Amino acid sequence: MYRTDMYEGLLAETVTMTGANGDVINAYLARPLGPGPFPAMVLAHHMPGWDEWYREATYKFAHHGYITISPNLYFRAGHGTPEDVAAKVRGDGGIPDEQAVGDLAGAMHFVSALPYSNGKVGIFGTCSGGRHAYLAACRAPGFDAVVDCWGGRVVMAPDQLNDKCPVSPLDYTGDLSCPILGIFGNEDANPTPAQVDQHEAELKKHGKSYEFHRYDGAGHGFFYYHAAAYRQPQAVDGWQKVFAFLEKYLL
Amino acid sequence: MCTMIVEKVKVDGSGKGRDGWFKLEHASVSFDHPFNSPLEHALNIDFVNESHGPSARVAVELSEQAARELVRTILEVLDQAEASGHLGNGQA
Repeated sequence: MYRTDMYEGLLAETVTMTGANGDVINAYLARPLGPGPFPAMVLAHHMPGWDEWYREATYKFAHHGYITISPNLYFRAGHGTPEDVAAKVRGDGGIPDEQAVGDLAGAMHFVSALPYSNGKVGIFGTCSGGRHAYLAACRAPGFDAVVDCWGGRVVMAPDQLNDKCPVSPLDYTGDLSCPILGIFGNEDANPTPAQVDQHEAELKKHGKSYEFHRYDGAGHGFFYYHAAAYRQPQAVDGWQKVFAFLEKYLL
Repeated sequence: MCTMIVEKVKVDGSGKGRDGWFKLEHASVSFDHPFNSPLEHALNIDFVNESHGPSARVAVELSEQAARELVRTILEVLDQAEASGHLGNGQA
């Protein structure tokens, strides 16, 4: 817990890292100053791209004591404003799941190799990033905790599968290698409460450690203070749940 | 990409982006999260020329009702133009 008489310093900068297929991509890294050892977080950005909200989320986790890296999952789409790049990815039907998992695994290896890491790494994502975070926690061994905030399309019907998303993330649940925290709005259309029920049932079936929190009066993206979807009391409580969960598994 | 509902169509024409006019190559039509409109999902149209990079883009984000009204209006205008003999002759 931060106290007003504490010294606090953060270092935040763009770095390059090795992602899927050995590709070098860029990433945003923020870390507390000091020798550590610190736990680490990987942030999987949302559909609107590698944007300001994810920069701020990166600082936020670092402020709470985590070495935090947010890889640019849209690096290969070219460069421009985050919106323009994300619009290109949206027009192309998203990014391949395998590529996202490879980039997120690369980010995990990057932070866990830092000399001030305590060796524990969590992963957090919202929207498509929640889905990518879940996929990474199932497919890439080494994560110690995953936070899925309203990840849509974790539950996919067969007719939604395609070359980029060949397997419903739900079907990987047996391979989930760490505890999961799920944060959802009961007014969300994607995932619907029924899909969240399905996800929870699958976790239960495989004996996974999970904690789901579902908020009334909130829909999709209710942490986003810059958007109409923001719900202040639910967002404040949700962030508290996130940090309590991470403290339990990463410290 | 939360819904992944998107279609890409080749278009012929020009668009005015932040650096002025450019030749359009495609329009991406999606029903997904908008960037600016206060809707969870919107009918988004991005008129683009990918050979000029991601910034060559003219964007609109419409409600479902506005999108349907726009489609009806475009077709009505084209019907009027056809009835007046303005289509098919390539004349300005």
